[in-house]
Amino acid sequence: MDAVYFDHNASSPLDERVLAAMMPYLASGNASSRHSFGRKAREAVDTARQQVAESLGAHPTQLVFTSGGTESDNLGLLGIGANLKPSQILVSAVEHPAVMRTAEAMRRQGWALRKVGVGAEGLVRIDDFFAALEVPTGLVSVMMANNETGVVQDIATMAELAKQRKAVFHTDAVQGLGKMPINFAELNRHGVGALSVSAHKIGGPQGAGALVFDKKLDLRAIQFGGGQEKGLRGGSENVAAIVGFGAACSILKVQQSAQHTHQLREVLEQGITELGGVIFGASAKRLSNTSFFAFPDVDGETLVVALDRAGFAVASGSACSSDSTDPSPVLLAMGVMPELAQGAVRVSLNHSNTMQEVQDFLKALNHALKKMQQLAAIAA
Amino acid sequence: MSKTPIYLDYSATTPVDKRVAEAMIPYLTEKFGNPASRSHSFGWEADDAVENAREQVAALVNADSKEIVWTSGATESNNLAIKGAANFYAASKGKHIITVMTEHKAVIDPVRELERQGFEATFLEPEPNGLVDIAKFKAALRPDTVLASVMLVNNEIGVIQDIEAIGNLCRANGTIFHVDAAQATGKVEINLEKLPVDLMSFSAHKTYGPKGIGALYVRRKPRVRLEAQMHGGGHERGFRSGTLPTHQIVGMGEAFRIAKDEMALENARIRRLRDKLLAGLSEIEEVYVNGDLKQRVPHNLNISFNYVEGESLIMAVKDIAVSSGSACTSASLEPSYVLRALGRSDELAHSSIRFSIGRYTTEEDVDYTIDLLKTKIEKLRELSPLWEMFQEGIDISKVEWAAH
Amino acid sequence: MAYSDKVLDHYENPRNVGALDKNDDHVGTGMVGAPACGDVMKLQIRVNDDGIIEDAKFKTYGCGSAIASSSLVTEWLKGKNLDQAMTIKNSDIAEELALPPVKIHCSVLAEDAIKAAIADLKQKQAA
Repeated sequence: MDAVYFDHNASSPLDERVLAAMMPYLASGNASSRHSFGRKAREAVDTARQQVAESLGAHPTQLVFTSGGTESDNLGLLGIGANLKPSQILVSAVEHPAVMRTAEAMRRQGWALRKVGVGAEGLVRIDDFFAALEVPTGLVSVMMANNETGVVQDIATMAELAKQRKAVFHTDAVQGLGKMPINFAELNRHGVGALSVSAHKIGGPQGAGALVFDKKLDLRAIQFGGGQEKGLRGGSENVAAIVGFGAACSILKVQQSAQHTHQLREVLEQGITELGGVIFGASAKRLSNTSFFAFPDVDGETLVVALDRAGFAVASGSACSSDSTDPSPVLLAMGVMPELAQGAVRVSLNHSNTMQEVQDFLKALNHALKKMQQLAAIAA
Repeated sequence: MSKTPIYLDYSATTPVDKRVAEAMIPYLTEKFGNPASRSHSFGWEADDAVENAREQVAALVNADSKEIVWTSGATESNNLAIKGAANFYAASKGKHIITVMTEHKAVIDPVRELERQGFEATFLEPEPNGLVDIAKFKAALRPDTVLASVMLVNNEIGVIQDIEAIGNLCRANGTIFHVDAAQATGKVEINLEKLPVDLMSFSAHKTYGPKGIGALYVRRKPRVRLEAQMHGGGHERGFRSGTLPTHQIVGMGEAFRIAKDEMALENARIRRLRDKLLAGLSEIEEVYVNGDLKQRVPHNLNISFNYVEGESLIMAVKDIAVSSGSACTSASLEPSYVLRALGRSDELAHSSIRFSIGRYTTEEDVDYTIDLLKTKIEKLRELSPLWEMFQEGIDISKVEWAAH
Repeated sequence: MAYSDKVLDHYENPRNVGALDKNDDHVGTGMVGAPACGDVMKLQIRVNDDGIIEDAKFKTYGCGSAIASSSLVTEWLKGKNLDQAMTIKNSDIAEELALPPVKIHCSVLAEDAIKAAIADLKQKQAA
């Protein structure tokens, strides 16, 4: 049996149409060269820029292509912060490390970092957020949807509050793209100034991302040399990956995909609950593809390894960093006990997954849990 | 007859070698995992591929694979090396930086950025042949020189700097030494076990690998520290966060493996072609080779055609894909800053062409190019009032030109 | 750089390339631009005794747009008297050749070349 892939929030397989679009450009010219080889590459990048912009409700000139979500977040925070007088930078306590570590690094430039807590369901406490803005704040970053829990934040409301305080609002939308509707123009009216996205979470290639930004912002490059992307991101364009990003955006079917994964997740979570599992953020608005859960007294690492052997690829916490076995900081921020958080497993689906796979998974999960309980009984 | 346009711009970018593309494709399709995923075989498989490629890259430059940090390309490598080292060591060593006027923008621009942050930079002027005078470099070193950055092979004129001598001076002075080797891999031998270099930048797409991937060599013995420039999940031992693009990394590894295996033979073939091109073009009157011819990679020929203007020249030779100056600056009409640093007049800098020869260049391509240049230069000179004046024996440098 | 068809046509087949005898009293020579700026235009006109421009020649060191601008004005100049020639504006040249904004200076240079050639002629004839 082929392995069943349930880890789309970590990286999603390349759609074959995306690969077909990329193939001619795997051997393309340097987009900055003036001859015909270079011109073809330039046109391909421009087309992709339109495709990505369109899927985000943005204008092509509002896009800077980057090497991925992490660089987009770094550019969004450091690039906007560079031309602001350091004051307070406000982030949620559940940000992806690409935002959290960047915000921490900005302390060296004189910024005061303030993390706003979340409630038990993973949602930013709006009252605390509002209160935190009483301190002069230059920059705010709150993610659109959490990579681990899938919990969707009320970005529009927070951006409006930030706007009243004249703070620039950035949102990491890496997990939101493709899984929920995103319209930058509309978000921008509410006060969102910049938004980060990545290709490889939506069936595009690894190695491409973008920052969408309001051109009224005084954005400054963080990577210098060559003047590409209107001086906002030096370095030869990764043409094939950018083309793939554009192609992946052009074939997104957000609504359809969300409905499909929602149906699967209903069945999945019903099964997990019946097996005694706890689902994190269950009553909050979540991305319909994501389920983050744990079983009391069951070690997450052991469980995912057992599931991998049974042919199911799932994640234990976020697949983003290192070999750290610490419990998920996102769950700790939600007030989950460390022992339970240690057991967390994430299933993230996409349109290609089937009901049969979910049913097979529940069987495998049941089997793995029983086996682990037996072993625990023997050990005791 | 050769198929036009003929590609002679291998220093801007190289096509991906078929073998490289074949190695990459499985990692775009069935082996698509995120190498940071520790919980399933998709992730482990990707991680194995990433580590194998790291070995391949390290092998080409005789380094330890633990000394290789993946980046999105040489520009990012240069930014990380220069800003990362300068910021890390500034407090203990000082805030003076030495680099060279002919460096790539990906070195110059980060150094300029550091100047804005309060560092002081010396931009050394190279000799007219493009090489750095070692005595002048030595004289520029100061007790507070925290970092020096000198490229191994120049992107426009192909000259090879004496990295070993410069590195030894840096060592003696306690200065971190960074080398941009984007244009050097597969063209010159690099032995980092011997070379006194602390940081070295690499790019895949100048060596028949894909775009969007590069690496930075960070020496472990003695250990070189950097302040990270890209913050996040702590990938690459904290030097550089961000999901690793597995297929591109695999491509870079394979490209560097091929370079290691084939560079000796390939460079001999390319040298023959370059020498033939040089001999052919030298039959044209009033041509000037830019940069030292001996201490130079065989792939590069940079020539100025006097009394013809650069842009019309590029238009005239549209059947060959070449650069006038570096690909990164050719959207602007400024004459090449590299050639100006060599002391070339604006006119000669304007009328320069960089021919860069590579893996797929044929003898027919070179013959065609020589014929094309001969015909077109003659036509343009017929049009040129400067050529007419030269023929009449007027010294153009003495003419007083009306302000414009 | 994308060039218009008209620029390409003048560049590929420049009209009236060559030189007139600069010592002839009926010939006016204008040389404008500078090598360091990347353009030098030499424009020559010959007028008959009725003051009509009966021939025009040019040589240009410069980009395709500079070559096209000077080639075009040699066509326009023939048959005009000096007053009419003085009315040729850079905007006319830029419009005819569909020059992009970064190349407008080429048309300015061509207009300057006409004025310089006429000034040279008038100076000679006044002497």
